[in-house]
Amino acid sequence: MSLEQIVFYAFSALLVLSATAVITVRNPVHAALFLVLTFFTCAAVWLLLEAEFLAIVLVLVYVGAVMVLFLFVVMMLDINYVPLREGFMRHLPLGIAVAVVVVLEMALVVGPRYFGLEAVPVPPPHDAQYSNTTELGSVLYTDYFYPFQIAGAVLVLAIVAAIALTLRRRPDNKSIDPGLQMRVTRDQRVRLVKMKAESPVDRE
Amino acid sequence: MIALSDYLILAAVLFCISLAGIFLNRKNILILLMSIELMLLAVNINFIAFSHFMSDIAGQVFVFFILTVAAAEAAIGLAILIVLFRNRRTINVAHIDSLKG
Repeated sequence: MSLEQIVFYAFSALLVLSATAVITVRNPVHAALFLVLTFFTCAAVWLLLEAEFLAIVLVLVYVGAVMVLFLFVVMMLDINYVPLREGFMRHLPLGIAVAVVVVLEMALVVGPRYFGLEAVPVPPPHDAQYSNTTELGSVLYTDYFYPFQIAGAVLVLAIVAAIALTLRRRPDNKSIDPGLQMRVTRDQRVRLVKMKAESPVDRE
Repeated sequence: MIALSDYLILAAVLFCISLAGIFLNRKNILILLMSIELMLLAVNINFIAFSHFMSDIAGQVFVFFILTVAAAEAAIGLAILIVLFRNRRTINVAHIDSLKG
């Protein structure tokens, strides 16, 4: 067994185990953390496939941003998670049965018979000077420039939508309107009162 | 040597785990969203495996776009989840039946 195979099988096993933990653990915080482990392991598998740029993007974007967002939301919501797990044991046999059937069907289609080493030989590895990022960038900014711009627009849309959905004006908010603040004139703030310099004080 | 079929079967197993996750946790929207993320990850493994074995970078470009859309989907999904929780004080899928006639 070569080193490549050992690495592949070790990370595949870890990937499957952590993915199983994501859907079975009781605590959603633990589920999110197991999802982080899944993404890390998947990035390692992508490194084996010489997709270095996407492996790093997966760690940076998914682990760094999306999963942190998940963790924030999970910890922010004050929920009793016990009622949410009702039906877990009841649906367990059906879930396992469906998953096993689907995986067997898929394995028949994508198995070694049609996609084995004879059918699809392993391509020669790239030389040391090969840069996956350069290759990806050279097609992304030329052939796929228009989809790339649309992807940027999708991200802007997501930002605007997420903020617009969750923004709320609280009635007890003490914040000030900067426009009103700027429009204030002198006589709205300053009042000159005529009064005597010395006035008799009542001491009683 | 690792064949293409190994990667494809790994992706299939991951896909089915997330499918089972949707079956098992059908009350909890959070775990449902995580299962969808896992599904997209399985699809991405397929794309990258084919991209590697066909020596065609287009598969990786597609994964790039899938990652973009998945990040946007997660952000908006979680925003909707927060608004839902604020209004209904629950994220139980069984209790989200306001549109039921």
